[in-house]
Amino acid sequence: MDRDASAELSARVKAAAAARTPLQLCGSGSKAFYGRVVRGEPLLLQQHSGVVDYDPQELVLTARAGTALSRIEAQLAERGQHLPFEPPHFGAGATLGGMIASGLSGPARASAGPVRDFVLGVRMLTGAGQVLQFGGRVMKNVAGYDVTRLMVGALGTLGVILEVSLKVLPRAPGQLTLTFALNAAQALERMSDWALTPLPITATCWVDEQLYVRLEGTTAALAHARQRMGGEELNAAEPFWMSIKEHTHPFFQTAENLWRLNVPAHSAPPDVAGRTLLEWTGAQRWLVPDDARADLHRASARTGGFATCFRTAEPRAEVFAALPAALMRIHRELKRTFDPHAILNPGRLYADL
Amino acid sequence: MTPLAEELRAAVGAANVLTAREACVAFECDGLTAYRRVPDVVVLPANAAEVQAVMSICHRLHVPVVARGAGTGLSGGSLPVAGGVLLVLARLNRILELVPRRRLARVQPGVTNLSISKACAVHGLFYAPDPSSQIACSIGGNVAENSGGVHCLKYGITLHNILEIKVVTVAGELLVLGSEMGEAPGYALTAILTGSEGMLGVIVEVTVKLLPRPERVELVLGAFDDIGACARVVGDIISAGIIPAGLEMMDGAAICAADAFAKCGYPTTAQALLLCEIDGGDADVTHQLERVIHVMQAAGAIYLRVAADASEQQRMWSGRKAAFPAVGRLAPDYYCMDGTIPRRRLPEVLGRIAELSQEFALPIANVFHAGDGNLHPLIMFDAGKPAELQRAEECGNRILELCVAVGGTVTGEHGVGVEKLGPMCTQFGSAELEMFHAVKRAFDPLALLNPGKAVPTLARCADYGALRVHGGQMPFAHLPRF
Repeated sequence: MDRDASAELSARVKAAAAARTPLQLCGSGSKAFYGRVVRGEPLLLQQHSGVVDYDPQELVLTARAGTALSRIEAQLAERGQHLPFEPPHFGAGATLGGMIASGLSGPARASAGPVRDFVLGVRMLTGAGQVLQFGGRVMKNVAGYDVTRLMVGALGTLGVILEVSLKVLPRAPGQLTLTFALNAAQALERMSDWALTPLPITATCWVDEQLYVRLEGTTAALAHARQRMGGEELNAAEPFWMSIKEHTHPFFQTAENLWRLNVPAHSAPPDVAGRTLLEWTGAQRWLVPDDARADLHRASARTGGFATCFRTAEPRAEVFAALPAALMRIHRELKRTFDPHAILNPGRLYADL
Repeated sequence: MTPLAEELRAAVGAANVLTAREACVAFECDGLTAYRRVPDVVVLPANAAEVQAVMSICHRLHVPVVARGAGTGLSGGSLPVAGGVLLVLARLNRILELVPRRRLARVQPGVTNLSISKACAVHGLFYAPDPSSQIACSIGGNVAENSGGVHCLKYGITLHNILEIKVVTVAGELLVLGSEMGEAPGYALTAILTGSEGMLGVIVEVTVKLLPRPERVELVLGAFDDIGACARVVGDIISAGIIPAGLEMMDGAAICAADAFAKCGYPTTAQALLLCEIDGGDADVTHQLERVIHVMQAAGAIYLRVAADASEQQRMWSGRKAAFPAVGRLAPDYYCMDGTIPRRRLPEVLGRIAELSQEFALPIANVFHAGDGNLHPLIMFDAGKPAELQRAEECGNRILELCVAVGGTVTGEHGVGVEKLGPMCTQFGSAELEMFHAVKRAFDPLALLNPGKAVPTLARCADYGALRVHGGQMPFAHLPRF
C-alpha cells in the first residue's frame, strides 16, 4: 500500500535524536552488504512509497524513496522510457532511496552518465528530524547549493531521503550487442578507439577473453555500426547485460573478496594477481584477487584511481578509499551540519561519519 | 601601504596587486552593471600555489575574498565587497593538458569556454556546455555558476561535463574533488562546489569531459499562429522519443524584433517559432528529422523549413542569438528574467505572462530554452517615466513567483549573486535557507568567501530584484545573448 509516512519517520528521527539513539536506515536491504557495518535501531523506509508524479513529456519522475525500483522501471517502460544509468538492484525489492544512497550506476554509466547526473530534487529528513526540500522537478536550477546531489552516494549518513525527482529519458528504438575475442590489453585499446568516434555505444564489458559492446539506435544506425565495427552478434544480449548489472554473471559468483576499481580507462592492470572484469571503457574494473588479504586501495591509487572493497567474505574495517585530511575534515563538518547527533547510519561510509 | 597589501605583494609580486583606484575601477562590476563597487585591493595570482598563498594571508588576517573569472556573470556574483580582496583568476589561463585519447582536458580556471572546444576540434572532439558568453567567459566561472547554454537538454549543464576540480579552501589548502573517471570516494563534493558562486572555495583547475563531435546536425524551423500550439509541440517532440540537441522558442514580439535586427528571414506574421536542432549518427538523424517534421505539421505549423546547409543553420540561429539586443532596440530598458518551469506548464505560464503584461501595461517578449523549460521573459519599460521602473520590477517578481508556484525555480542558469537574493526567499523556506548557511559554514566558518551573495539572510527576505538593462546597453554588448 502506497502512503506518505514522512510525518511518522520525522517523529522517529526526532525521538532518536533526543535520545541519541543511532539509526540504521533500512530499505529492502538489497545493498546491505555495501559499506561498513552499522549498529543501530532499524528505521524502516519501505513503507514510505508511491510514485507521486510522472509525466513522460516532462522527462521527470517523482517518487517516495521506499518505492520499488522495479515498479518505477516498469512504469517508465510502459511509456518507452527508462533510467539511463541502469541502476543495479542487487535484490528483488531494491528501492529508489537505496539507489540514491548507494549512488551505484550500471553498464550504461560510461555513455549516459552516473545516477548523480539524473537527480533533480530531493525531500529529506535531517538527523534532527527536520523535513527539508532541495532542487526541484526542472532540468535547470541554480538556486542554492546542490544539496540534492550531495545525498547521492552518502549512504544515508547525511539524511533520510524521503522523495526524489529524477530526469528520465526515452529508450532508443533498438539495440545490438557485438562480441570480439580479445585479451584485456587489446580490449582496452579497442574501447578507447571507439570512444573517440560518434558510434552509438552504450555499454562495454570484457570478461573471459571476450569483449562485449552494446549499441543503441535505429535499425539503420545499428546496421551501419555493425558494418563498421565487425564482430559477432550476441543473441541473448539482454540477459547478458542484466547479469553484469546485477552481478549474477558467473564471474561474480565467488566467496572471495570482490573489489571495484575506478581507474583511468587507459591504465595498465594493477599489479595484483586475480580474475578481472572490465566495464565502462576500462574505467571500472572488478577484481577478485587470488590472495584474499590483497589490499587494492594502494595498488589502485598508484594508477591514479581508487578501490572499493565491494563485497567481502568478512566485514572489513575500511571499505572505501581513505580521504586526505583536509577533505575528511570537510566531510566531518558536513556530517555535523546535516546530522548533528551522528545518529544516521553512523560509520557506514567511514568510521567517523 | 597596508600590511595586507604588503603581504600580498610578497606573495604574488608587486605588479600583481592593485590598490590604486584608477586601476581597480575596471573590476567594479561583472556583467550585471547595475551593481558596482570599486574593490579596495585586486590580486592577480599566476598559479594555484599563489592562490593558496593569497588565501592563507587573507584567512589569517580575516579579510573577505571575492573570486572573479572573466567578469561576464549576469547576477553580480563577483561584485567586490567592502574591505575585501578581489581575487582575479584571469592569469591562470593555460590549457595544462589535452588528451584526446582519454577525452579530457585539464585547464586552468581562466581559460575561456570556447577556447577548449577550439583546441580539441582538430581531434573531432568538443566541450558541450555553451553559455551565450562562451567567447569570453572562463571555465572557472562556468563551474562556479554551473552554466548552461542552448544544448543542455541533451548534453547537460556544466556539472555533467566536468570530471575533476581542484579547489583552494578559505584557509589555503588544496582539495582535489572528483577524478578523471568522474567517480570519487566520499561525498559528492564536486556537485556542491559546482554552482556555489564562489562561496565555498576557489576553483583553480578543472578537468573537463570532451565528446566526439556528432556525425550530422540538422536544424528545423517551425512557425505557428498560436503560441499554445507551439508550446505543445515541445512536449510532442519529446513524446516521440526525441531529445533534440537544442529546442528554442520565441514569441511573436521576439520574432519580429530578432528578424528586424538580424535579417534572418523569420516568418514575422507568426505568433511563435520553434528552432529544433537534431544531431547524432546519420541514420538516427534522418529518422528523427522525419518525426519532428511530422509532429510540427500535425500541430498546424504555418511555416516549416529545414536548413539546407551549415550557413543557413547559422542564419537561422542568428535571430535567436540576437534576440536580447534586438528586444533592447524596442524599448529604452528591459528586464531579463531567468525562471525555469516544468515544461508542461509552458502554455499556461505563457498565457499568464501575457495577462501580466496587460495588467502592468508593459510589453513582454519571450525567448526561451523550451526544451528544458528555462524562460527568459524580457520586460520592456522606460525608466525615464515615473514609477515605470517600479512597475517593471513588480511585474518581474510576479513572473518569478509564478515560476515557483508551478514548481519551478527563480534561476535556471544566471545564478543568484546579489541580484536574486530577494526571489530566493520565494523559492525556499527559512529551514532550507538556514541549511544553506550551515553548509557555507562547513567550508568557510568565518564567512570570508564572497560574503553576502547567493543565499539571502532571513532578515533580507523582503526585497526582490531582476536584471535591468538600460538604454539597450548590455554589458559585453558584442556577445550574443541567448
